Amino acid sequence: MANQNIEQNTDHSEVELQAMNVKKPSPWKDFYKRLKRNKAALIGFYTIVFLSIVSIVGPFLLSMDPSDVDVINKFSRPSAEHWFGTDHMGRDIFTRIVYGMKYTLGVGFGSVFLGAIMGVPLGIVAGYYGGRIDSFIMRLIDILLAFPGILLALAIVSILGGSLVNVTIAVAIYAIPGFARIVRGSTLAAKKLEYVDAIRALGSSDLRIIFKHILPNVSSPVIVNATLYIASAILTAAGLSFLGMGAQPPMPEWGAMLNDGRDYIFDAGYIAFFPGMAIVIVVLAFNIFGDGLRDALDPKLKN
Amino acid sequence: MTTYIIRRLFQLIPVLFGVTLLVFLLMHLTPGNPAQLIAGETASQSTIERIEVSMGLNDPLPVQYVNFVTDVAQLDFGYSYRNNTPVFEEIKPRFWITMELAIYSTILSIFIGLIAGIVSAVRQYSVRDVTIMIIALFGMSMPNFWLGLMLMNWFSIQLGWFPPTGWGSASQIVLPVITLGTAGAAVIARMTRSSMLDVISQDYIRTARAKGVHEQIVIYRHALKNALIPVVTVVGLQFGTLLAGTVLTETVFSINGLGRLVIDSIMARDFPVVQACILIISVIFVVVNLIVDISYTLLNKRIDMD
Repeated sequence: MANQNIEQNTDHSEVELQAMNVKKPSPWKDFYKRLKRNKAALIGFYTIVFLSIVSIVGPFLLSMDPSDVDVINKFSRPSAEHWFGTDHMGRDIFTRIVYGMKYTLGVGFGSVFLGAIMGVPLGIVAGYYGGRIDSFIMRLIDILLAFPGILLALAIVSILGGSLVNVTIAVAIYAIPGFARIVRGSTLAAKKLEYVDAIRALGSSDLRIIFKHILPNVSSPVIVNATLYIASAILTAAGLSFLGMGAQPPMPEWGAMLNDGRDYIFDAGYIAFFPGMAIVIVVLAFNIFGDGLRDALDPKLKN
Repeated sequence: MTTYIIRRLFQLIPVLFGVTLLVFLLMHLTPGNPAQLIAGETASQSTIERIEVSMGLNDPLPVQYVNFVTDVAQLDFGYSYRNNTPVFEEIKPRFWITMELAIYSTILSIFIGLIAGIVSAVRQYSVRDVTIMIIALFGMSMPNFWLGLMLMNWFSIQLGWFPPTGWGSASQIVLPVITLGTAGAAVIARMTRSSMLDVISQDYIRTARAKGVHEQIVIYRHALKNALIPVVTVVGLQFGTLLAGTVLTETVFSINGLGRLVIDSIMARDFPVVQACILIISVIFVVVNLIVDISYTLLNKRIDMD
């Protein structure tokens, strides 16, 4: 019995190998070539890398502390000493933005990662097994989708209470439907591929088929969706903090800084200008990179 | 077609069930006893118990849920904890403000989005196309509350063209509608452009051009009609996003609409009001999307109705 299993397994691998060889003319190389041709996407990518490095290294290079209160120098306009000026407590806005970078990127990556971990399996199970499980899962997804935009995240944060971690969870839950739907579609398509049929006919287990054959096929739409989703996750999270439902002061989170800036918009508009500009740059980088990834990974959607 | 519409209506039932259930659970998942919240910190145990009984808080959850749905169906959302007034009365005057804001913004974003998208697609990769698409990318990437603050700073405070807060007069409407409509316009412009490009590359357009049909007619009569079909779906989704986005816009411009009511009520832990607002916005969104779905199928005869 054990022998038979081993034999079967080797058989599978061969079939699988063959199938892979037939199917893949090295998609990653091809993908990289196409991505390289897209200048905007590369700029987006390098911006993300640069900002990620800044978020880690930046704080060590700065002489000021994000929570250094300096009442004498409050409301200083942008100058050589305070590049982006100081806020209502005399804290250096540039320093606070650099320190806040890690929260923004953290919430973006964290919530999308969590959302994918929950959404991808749901989509695969729905698409792969079909039937009642499929309709059940998709009805659940429909219910989540019935709460538009920031509303679902807001409802969740109102239960969990306002903090950056809860915002991450709320935005993650709001990300589930997108992942589940896209993955379900790709799973349905992958299931119909001939070689998957062949492997199933040879008696490969469902789990093995899912991990070795379905998952690689859904990975590129998941990556594209994740990148674009980070952009909107960052906007949603900043929005929640702006409303006072997310990061709490004195944390130098950009949405919370905008909330501070709102009170002084009449006299000191720059307090709100710079954190917002920082959000725009980060979100723009993810949007451009995501667009480029989509063009590179999905040639059908070109144009 | 009729069967399709009927089936879509039936699909609404589980969604509405789920939405009402989630909103109902919102109150029960929230830490804290509602009766305590109503009675106040210093209330005696017996007062709290009396309120619990009168509110039916001791009934089994399924019974409470059925009562909740029955009440909601009659537009009875209970009483506000803060003001002890019927929630419906709190919502009524604010509801139309928010609907106006969302509808005007949707119209603005459709108008700008369509024009920008078509103009871009007609000359793909021209300077005009690239410029419009860069602007659209920025529009998508801006937090709308930041845009609102900046518009307020420039046009109200420095230039004094528009009042910085409030809602009602024509001049008060301008900035909030631009704030809320910009992201939608950007998304619709991008969608229109790619949909137009798809259609323009199709055989029947080439045939029309080969026949010598005037280019303007090819674009506006032959191509646009089909290119608009996928845009309809995006417009439906955008309306929902805008409806929820009013929360931020109303906060920026101090507009007394539903969105601000939600935030104020969450802050004050006034959950019946939170429940009602979330429920109303979601149900409107679901119904709008149903209408969009149906018009999508009506517009596109080729679509497979399964």
